[in-house]
Amino acid sequence: MSFFVAQNIIKNYAGHRALDDVSIEIPQGAVYGLLGPNGAGKTSLIRIITQITGPDSGKLFFKGRPLVPEDMNRIGYLPEERGLYKKMKVGEQAVYLARLKGMSRRDAIRQLKAWFEKFGIQEWWERKVEELSKGMAQKVQFITTVLHEPEMLIFDEPFSGFDPINVELLKKEILALREKGTTIIFSTHNMASVEEICSHIALINKSRKIIEGPINQIRNKYANNTYRLICKPVTGMEFRQLVGPEYEILSDKSEDGLHEVVLQCLEDCPANALLRRLLDDAEVISYQQIIPGMNDIFIKLVKEGNIILNE
Amino acid sequence: MNKTLIIIGREFSTRVRKKSFLVLTLVVPVLMAGFYAFLMWMLLKDDTQERKIAVINRSELQSPLERINNTVFEYVDTVVAEEEVSDFLKQSDYYAVVWISEAVMEQPEVPVYSFSQVPMELKNEIASQLRKMIEDIKRATVIEEAQVPELEEKLAASQTPVQVRTLKVSEETGEAKESSSEIASALGVIAGMVIYLFIFMYASQVMKGVIEEKTNRIIEVLVSSVKPFQFLLGKIVGVAAVGLVQFLIWVVCGVVLIVAMQAFFLPGLDLDALRQAGSTFSDIGGTQLTGEQLAIVQKLAMTIEPFFMLKFLAAFLFYFIGGYLLYASLFAAIGAAVDNETDSQQFLTPLSIVLVLGLYIGFAAMKSPESPLVFWSSLIPFTSPIVMLVRMPFGVPGWELLCSLLLLVASFIFFTWLSGRIYRVGILMYGKKVTWKELYKWLKY
Repeated sequence: MSFFVAQNIIKNYAGHRALDDVSIEIPQGAVYGLLGPNGAGKTSLIRIITQITGPDSGKLFFKGRPLVPEDMNRIGYLPEERGLYKKMKVGEQAVYLARLKGMSRRDAIRQLKAWFEKFGIQEWWERKVEELSKGMAQKVQFITTVLHEPEMLIFDEPFSGFDPINVELLKKEILALREKGTTIIFSTHNMASVEEICSHIALINKSRKIIEGPINQIRNKYANNTYRLICKPVTGMEFRQLVGPEYEILSDKSEDGLHEVVLQCLEDCPANALLRRLLDDAEVISYQQIIPGMNDIFIKLVKEGNIILNE
Repeated sequence: MNKTLIIIGREFSTRVRKKSFLVLTLVVPVLMAGFYAFLMWMLLKDDTQERKIAVINRSELQSPLERINNTVFEYVDTVVAEEEVSDFLKQSDYYAVVWISEAVMEQPEVPVYSFSQVPMELKNEIASQLRKMIEDIKRATVIEEAQVPELEEKLAASQTPVQVRTLKVSEETGEAKESSSEIASALGVIAGMVIYLFIFMYASQVMKGVIEEKTNRIIEVLVSSVKPFQFLLGKIVGVAAVGLVQFLIWVVCGVVLIVAMQAFFLPGLDLDALRQAGSTFSDIGGTQLTGEQLAIVQKLAMTIEPFFMLKFLAAFLFYFIGGYLLYASLFAAIGAAVDNETDSQQFLTPLSIVLVLGLYIGFAAMKSPESPLVFWSSLIPFTSPIVMLVRMPFGVPGWELLCSLLLLVASFIFFTWLSGRIYRVGILMYGKKVTWKELYKWLKY
């Protein structure tokens, strides 16, 4: 069963359609990457999921039943544009935010103390937010987002503004939350982190969803039968003759007698057959299928999408 | 509902703990007490300044000026021309020179030269002493020439000092009560001004809060926990609570201070007895007040009639809250529409103009409480909180008051709803210069 479903969401702003018939399905326990260029409609979709705004049409389901305002307490949201009251004390403010998510004061204080200890910021409890560094404030924001143990978490560009050490800390916590079974929506431009932690993705461009599914399936789908071969020729035979008619050589780089060749398989041909042809004339070091990174897929799809839309 | 309470709690507690709140809350009663003490002092003080005034008397009047409080008059024989007055005053220690010319009987013009501004009281006293003396002489001449027996007694009997009492007749009971229009209108204007100040102070606090939440981007986190309208409501109510608490502290402090002040300045004066005494000028409590001073205190006491004060206070609270709610929601919408306080001016100006207009009409209402302008603006919700309070002490028909109150309630419900719609869109709209046209579009989102 899908944990969260959005069906045929349409959202218009004055003279501009932010979301055009967008449907997504987020499986239970998934880390769902919401990708897309700036202005694609990601934040609009997130604001609809978090019930900050309502859609013009379309339906939303949370755990199989229609989404209701009370579900706000079961969802945690860390927006891209995030901030805290500058003049308020850190601890007091965290308790306030937790209580707005439906926690009791006592629970909030107890759990906050534990989190503060974990992140090593206990001594900041009585300090004002304006005294905190940016990274420190982000830690506080992260804590207040996950404190009420939401069943679904939404992170919009969570790593922006963090130093690498804190990014690692944050990733560790997000993965720990995934282990606990929390469903996570993750909106980012950072494709490396998408490959690292997402299990599913959806790509949105120009207010429309372009693709959605498990990340491995999508990457395999765009693996267009290209292979990377690294080998050391021994006999001086030409590669073109060695690989046979089923393969086309896309590129051939050589350095210190070591060749890196990219091959495209034109017809169905098992890898073993190719390797057998090579074995006598070259020392094969590695041979692997090239699976495109999310970055390449992203750029390819967005460009294609733009062309289609322009036509 | 529970969440709204949490929001109210934060809005209230963060503001009440601010130093500026504490300072303002304590300073105002001290200022009030100071002002009241000053008034009392002005009212009751005698002119204690010791002055010596030279009188150059060229007329036939025999020592026309007598000692006034601590001012003494000395008759000098030296002839001082107008050009020499400055030198004369410099050489002597006289405060002023009074010049009574030979022809004062025919041309009663008396110049008083001084380096400083001669107090009004002193001037009037000199005038009245001279007038009385000249009148007496003239009258004596007339009586003598007329040859009518007992003319002097008859003339004396013809003198009739007229006392005007203003009595307000209640429309419901037909009962007439002593009233003082000056003090009544002062009370209304003060109440109107307090409302004006409170609306400005606290509604702009709401606006500042909204802008703060928008600029530091906490609002997006907040509205993912509560509905924007619910949040706005919590904020408005929380700030109102701050205002009410501050106001109550002021009232309590004010009452305590005034009572203390009265005990200090007017010992042995029983306000209740005064009130019951009505218009009769009985001497109460054996104070050494002059009749005039007693009359003023008496008027004060009568205006502060318990039933009217209760009604007035209730109306004040209602207009205070209603007016605040109306303006606060609009100010919140403005705060949501802009990115920083400087941008808020273009939207704020029309509202401020209306509010200031209300205050000015309030002043006008003091002079002519029955004019059509005053009547209409005491019904229109944007100005009614100020104008109606000024009108109230002059007596307002029940239906007008009710109508004004209902209109106020209806309009703040409507405008809170309207502002809520703008607020909802505005708080999430960053870095955009907003126009009126755009605000109108937001209403339809």
